[in-house]
Amino acid sequence: MTTDPLDDYIDAVSKALGLSIADAWKPAVRANLEISLRLAGLVDEFALPDETEPASVFAA
Amino acid sequence: MAINAPSEWLSAQEITRAVTARRISAVSVTEATLARIVQHDPVLNSFTDLTADRARAKARAVDAAVAAGQNAGPLAGVPFAVKNLFDVRGLPTRAGSKINRDLAPSPRDATLIERLEAAGAVLVGALNMGEYAYDFTGENSHDGPSRNPHDVTRMTGGSSGGSGAAVGGGLVPLALGSDTNGSIRVPSSFCGIFGLKPTYGRLSRARSFPFVSSLDHLGPLARSVGDLALAYDAMQGPDSDDAACTTRPPEPVAALVAQDISGLRIAIAGGYFQNNVTPEASEAVARVARALGAMRVIEIPEAARARAAAYVITTCEGASLHLDRLRKRPDDFDPAVRDRLLAGAMIPAPLVDRAQKFRRWYRARVLEIFEAVDVIIAPATPYVAPKLGQVTSMLDGVELPVRANIGIHTQPISFIGLPVVAAPVPLEPMPIGVQIIAAPWREDIALRVAHALERSGVVAAPRPGGF
Repeated sequence: MTTDPLDDYIDAVSKALGLSIADAWKPAVRANLEISLRLAGLVDEFALPDETEPASVFAA
Repeated sequence: MAINAPSEWLSAQEITRAVTARRISAVSVTEATLARIVQHDPVLNSFTDLTADRARAKARAVDAAVAAGQNAGPLAGVPFAVKNLFDVRGLPTRAGSKINRDLAPSPRDATLIERLEAAGAVLVGALNMGEYAYDFTGENSHDGPSRNPHDVTRMTGGSSGGSGAAVGGGLVPLALGSDTNGSIRVPSSFCGIFGLKPTYGRLSRARSFPFVSSLDHLGPLARSVGDLALAYDAMQGPDSDDAACTTRPPEPVAALVAQDISGLRIAIAGGYFQNNVTPEASEAVARVARALGAMRVIEIPEAARARAAAYVITTCEGASLHLDRLRKRPDDFDPAVRDRLLAGAMIPAPLVDRAQKFRRWYRARVLEIFEAVDVIIAPATPYVAPKLGQVTSMLDGVELPVRANIGIHTQPISFIGLPVVAAPVPLEPMPIGVQIIAAPWREDIALRVAHALERSGVVAAPRPGGF
């Protein structure tokens, strides 16, 4: 039996983070993750200079 | 001599003038407000808490100050309410959740409440919102949905849904909300009112429940530009209790909003902001552009990617914030919020870091635009308020999920903290908002343009039938 890599990934990460995901929630979690990864891919494919600073805000 | 008079649909400016001149008492305004809430809120479902005793005590103090000839403040006697993620002394800060109801009552008000009350305003209660502010609909699985006063079968928009309903329905002239990706601008658009999302860091967020710290803003919602300015001025100022709050001195705007705008360079956002809109959203922008004589169309570069990056940062930071609650009480979340947060916990870290780096790049490109223009006009929402519970909507001939697309035009703007006034265009039967966007720290310019449009009648908060 083959398993889907994204389902395996969800199982592995939820275990690593100590999150229990009920079977009934998994399709919705997976659908949301697919959207997030698709949008993250849009950002990922955009080339940036190595020197680019992140813009998360911290003022000491 | 003070007289008792009905205060419904009066603006904050009208109320404070009347209270200060002793033509009406703050107590009578407060009583009329509480009575309106009791009358209309069973339908609107905008309030989750009433602070009636506190409001009456504050109103009596305002009247006493006026009677003693003291300055009762620029918001003397003005009733207001706050999204229930603001700390209110004596209440647990529920932030739209079931889980937070177990928190101890807050020992102290949020900074912005303290500042409004110091200006004479009267807190009357806390308002419904989408759970943990991760919402664009105004629906809430624990408290029920807030309902749109222009059509109670429709969404208010979220996540400051109660703020939109309470102001749009005339229960209060002023409310506070929060805006991480659009949560002030969306309910302003759907409920036909004005909202100000100031520059990131302008107003203190101290003692409010966070969502995404690098994107969270607080701000006012009202039925006129003058009221927005009045409240905004009262809330400005540094605050060491919010690490992101600016140390700039306050820059009051109330005396500036009526200034002539003929010298301002105003452009319409093209490309991304003209796609994925309904005819109503296009018509609203066209009316505003005509009234302003704005012919120039500019393209905000990579806006779709900016929206994507905001989405990724939001879901990841949100998951981080709630990770322990997701471990311990997953069943107590709104399922739709929980499932998005669980997914957010699984985004690989390099992708989030790249989103923050892209943010830096995007900010620099957009600031270049503001060297040549002062104001950018864009839709606030792609459509008028959807029906409550509506799952999909047609955009450019394609059926798309409602929840994920309500904020597509607001997210690329708040992503880099630009100040925006959401201004309502009173289309029939449902209003819809436009965004008036200015460069960082230039709230004054956005408010001036909104005021000019209000004066010409192109934007206005229409009074809904029955309220």
